[in-house]
Amino acid sequence: MAEFFDIYVVPTAWIVGGVLLIVVPVLLSVAYLTLAERKVIGWMQLRKGPNVVGPFGLLQPIADGLKLFFKETIIPSGANRVIFLLAPVVTFVLSLVAWAVIPFGAGIVLADVNVGILYLFAISSLGVYGIIMAGWASNSKYAFLGALRSAAQMVSYEVSIGFVIITVLLAVGSLNLSKIVLAQAGGMHHWFGFSMLMPMFAVFFISALAETNRAPFDLPEAEAELVSGYNVEYSAMTFAMFFLGEYANMILMSGMTAILFLGGWLPPLEFAPFTWVPGPVWFALKIAFVLFVFLWVRATFPRYRYDQLMRLGWKVFLPLSLLWVVLTAGWLLAFDMVPPAGGL
Amino acid sequence: MDELLREYLPILIFLVIATGIAVLMVVASYLVAKQRPDSEKLSAYECGFEAFDDARSRFDVRFYLVAILFIIFDLEVAFLFPWAVAFGDIGVFGFCSMVIFLAVLTVGFIYEWRKGALEWE
Repeated sequence: MAEFFDIYVVPTAWIVGGVLLIVVPVLLSVAYLTLAERKVIGWMQLRKGPNVVGPFGLLQPIADGLKLFFKETIIPSGANRVIFLLAPVVTFVLSLVAWAVIPFGAGIVLADVNVGILYLFAISSLGVYGIIMAGWASNSKYAFLGALRSAAQMVSYEVSIGFVIITVLLAVGSLNLSKIVLAQAGGMHHWFGFSMLMPMFAVFFISALAETNRAPFDLPEAEAELVSGYNVEYSAMTFAMFFLGEYANMILMSGMTAILFLGGWLPPLEFAPFTWVPGPVWFALKIAFVLFVFLWVRATFPRYRYDQLMRLGWKVFLPLSLLWVVLTAGWLLAFDMVPPAGGL
Repeated sequence: MDELLREYLPILIFLVIATGIAVLMVVASYLVAKQRPDSEKLSAYECGFEAFDDARSRFDVRFYLVAILFIIFDLEVAFLFPWAVAFGDIGVFGFCSMVIFLAVLTVGFIYEWRKGALEWE
């Protein structure tokens, strides 16, 4: 009995604790990201943003959440009930499980799998299912058109994200996320975002905007023509799930940007005052910075037209990233800098 | 337990917990909030009109085209993953083979571009 306890129960309890240690901060970050978004955009437009609920509006996300919780869950009569209810759950769950492989610091990772980046790529590809299911099951024209647009947009930009990831892999030689971070050790001039992969950094960030349906690529929810796209028929907690999932995906994409191009948990300079700050803090700061740029972009740029969006994805990013894969491989080979297979 | 499986156990547990949280939140909200459905409330939203016809009608064939192109290029990416990781072992030979493979695909890409498959006007 004691043996059973040691082999199964204790490790499982540790894992459950670890999962909660990730899920709770992620959900809190999502809640306060919504507040940060309204505050930042407010300041950029010379407004105050929410400031009534609690000091500086700090309780606003709680109030919003409670409001949604106590609303009526409407299931349209024409909808496919099971798929309709499954769609938000799928979106929400996928945006959370991706965090299982993210390294928050040296050795601070729940599942240090060998194929970490492949897992992230797979999970973010699955995200499109939640949206397609929602659009189809709602049996509403707006939801359907919004879902189609959103799906086409997400798959288009996923291709260039894939090629960008390949260029990073060439420079690392491993799919393990911790190894990808450690390959950038030695100060910020070693980060991939400031090496010859810099154009790919830009492509990745812009594709991340499109992948998360953020402005200036927020056509799926173009309120003037599609009212709010695939989630128009949703209410109460089912709507909140989409909302939470969307914002958790934003944070995840920022995390991926930090890991692939900004040195993950590594300090920007490898000497005294910078090395005192623990790794997770650097990682959080980098995520916060990328998220700020997400919001900044939303406050600055007008929305793209759909044909412009598709043109950018297929005719600019795809050829560019494909070319860069060949260039990176050729460069590494020519200057004898190819990392050993399996990473350092 | 197998070492490889043990590495993936946290992901499985994570999946179970996340699904639990999601289902719990929806069900709790459904039970707590007052549900008062009526036929007007449950009809599909169409700017105040009765829905004119079924939403699952024909739509632009270009969405299919995008999906097909996506499959081709995503497979290409999937093919590149092991190549990129093993690049240290396969060297110049691996590089040349991949350039030939990509060149063949690029011919297809130029063809679809010239055929107007990427136009959205």
